[in-house]
Amino acid sequence: MEQVLGDRKSVAILVGPALIVYSLVMLVPVFWSLGYTLFEGNAVTGFRYVGFANFADLIGDSKVHDALWFTIRYALVITVGQVLLGYGLALLYVFVLRRYSSLVRTLVFFPIVLPTVAVALLFQQLFAVAPQNGVVNSLINVFGADSIDWFGDGGTAFIVIAIMDIWRSMGFYGVLLYAGLVEIPEDVLESARIDGSGGWRMLRHIVLPLSLPVLVSAIIFSINGTLKVFDSILALTNGGPGTSTSPLTIYMFQTSFTYGEYGYGSSVALLLTIICLMVTVVIFRASRRDLTKG
Amino acid sequence: MRSSSMTRSGAVAAALGLGLVTTAACGGGGDDGDGAGASDLSMLIHVENNEIPGTLTTLSENQCATENEAAPLSVETVPQTNLDQQLQLLAGQGGLPTLYAAGNAPDLTKTLADSGHVLDFQEALTELDVIEHIEPAAISTIEGLYGGFNVLPFEYNIEGIWYNEALFDQHGVDVPQTWDELVAAAQTFADAGITPFSASGDQGWPITRLIGNYLFRSLGPDALQRVADGEASLTDPEYVEAAQAVADLGAAGFFGQGVGSIDMDTSTNEFLNGNAAMYYMGSWALSDFNDDERNDIGVENIGFMPFPDVQGGAGDRTQLAANVGLPVTMNAQAYGDATGAWLACITENYGSAALDEYNRVSGFAVNDPVDDVPQLTQEVQEQVSSTDQTVLWFEALFSTEATNTSQRNAAPLVTGSISAEEFMSMVQADLD
Repeated sequence: MEQVLGDRKSVAILVGPALIVYSLVMLVPVFWSLGYTLFEGNAVTGFRYVGFANFADLIGDSKVHDALWFTIRYALVITVGQVLLGYGLALLYVFVLRRYSSLVRTLVFFPIVLPTVAVALLFQQLFAVAPQNGVVNSLINVFGADSIDWFGDGGTAFIVIAIMDIWRSMGFYGVLLYAGLVEIPEDVLESARIDGSGGWRMLRHIVLPLSLPVLVSAIIFSINGTLKVFDSILALTNGGPGTSTSPLTIYMFQTSFTYGEYGYGSSVALLLTIICLMVTVVIFRASRRDLTKG
Repeated sequence: MRSSSMTRSGAVAAALGLGLVTTAACGGGGDDGDGAGASDLSMLIHVENNEIPGTLTTLSENQCATENEAAPLSVETVPQTNLDQQLQLLAGQGGLPTLYAAGNAPDLTKTLADSGHVLDFQEALTELDVIEHIEPAAISTIEGLYGGFNVLPFEYNIEGIWYNEALFDQHGVDVPQTWDELVAAAQTFADAGITPFSASGDQGWPITRLIGNYLFRSLGPDALQRVADGEASLTDPEYVEAAQAVADLGAAGFFGQGVGSIDMDTSTNEFLNGNAAMYYMGSWALSDFNDDERNDIGVENIGFMPFPDVQGGAGDRTQLAANVGLPVTMNAQAYGDATGAWLACITENYGSAALDEYNRVSGFAVNDPVDDVPQLTQEVQEQVSSTDQTVLWFEALFSTEATNTSQRNAAPLVTGSISAEEFMSMVQADLD
């Protein structure tokens, strides 16, 4: 085996085909898109080299600022929501429901299996105000309050988006974190109990530190996914009302494909990539601290 | 050793990628054909329009059967919201079909024309000797919008306010002649618990149309041309006044609850089931009005009023808003003998076929008289023929980006989330 892997020719034969496919479907578009950031125009009008003008525009564009601010708010709220609730669910599965958790796990996991558009349509109907009230507004009416036009204001629309996306994904994070929690050796927990640790102290000093690697993975997973949110918002509000719920991805999509500015759209994409990279690095560094010594 | 091989392979892949980047700028602007024209009449159209494919199919089976044998008709559809993206991608790859819906904003059609993807119909139809079958008013509207005879007038629409005559009689409201009378009428209906205006805030344009019309009435038919030419700004007080007037309608609750969530179909239904008294729309809505299954109030109960005057304004209500809908054009590279024959046949026969089958008023001459045209459709036709001067719509001369900003922010404007000044500033920012 050592001999085979030491031979350049066999390495080329083994790795080459996969590398070519990977390059074609991943690296080429990535670098191609990177190249676009230096140009303006589109496939119809042709391209013109503009140097770093797209980046200069990016800095002063108030729409990018708004979209970036929305993206960050969304990523923070949804990540906290889905990881916290997911962790809560995982604790529930491991320490409360134990062997009987499979039914609950399946039920809570179920929404992630549903198509995003179907879930968005469902929530549109649940929170509808016109032409007739949805379930939520009907309930509000029962308590004597007036119906709310949930999608008529950026603030309330954000609440609906948050509820929908957290509901959709918390089951997934529940299962992900459950996998980490069940790995904690029973004898460690047992000895902690014998030493008189229970409840919050057990969670703080034993469970949390031992499940930290999977928790960090979940946070990185979640924050990168939420920074790149696209389909659920597109289907639920299409970024509206106005542009009050437009994340960077929707702005990028519109810039590139509706306004025909491929270069500027690619610059927005690059900004998003850099943010994802920075956030990941920051979380990795922060998670190196050993919690058991805290 | 292993890792150095891998690094080298990675470097090769990276160099390959970077090499391609440098050629990225040279991509695009492909050749759509070899000049001999296409051998089929392939068509890409937004899925919301079933009339044009329907009428063309009828023609392909009757008057244009011979042309259809030489170049068979085939139709592909795409949702209207994805149309612009699809067109740009196809044009970039040289894959545009023979006939295609020309984009949501005239700006895109102009771009496609500049890059040689749009047939010059003035030249082609003159050469085919069929140009006399197009209504001159339609050609002038198209030239005003697109800077040339670049699209076919499969539709020729006028726009205005359709109203429920029974509700007007019942509440003793006369047809408003001025904006103030319109607001007073709306107040009467609102007081009676009837939604004064049915409008789709989801689409946005039925609301921004009101702003445009107000501007044409208050400042004259060239109000928006002056903005396009940079002589005026939407943030000027006289322009903001129009947005404020429409925002005030929203503040008074005249569009009903949840206007931002109301889609096109719902807004039509609200008017046709008698829940709303007035409905700003183009004459393309006639097919819905003439549909007995959909229209609960009865077509005989629907009246048409031009957008009212604004007191002391430079424009007046005889200047109807007119357009050619979301038009269809022909790919210049696909034009040849077979497709040219099709084009001539369409020009000669489309007017009668569309009027007969869909009660559609088009910009093609009606060469075979059609019987049984419904009353309201006849009135629209008369209104078209008695109109000397037409105006466009709010976003007609805007870029795609400004159009999008305007239409997306229409609902926030009437729900009070943004002010009239903010609305106009946002749109103007995209125009600058």
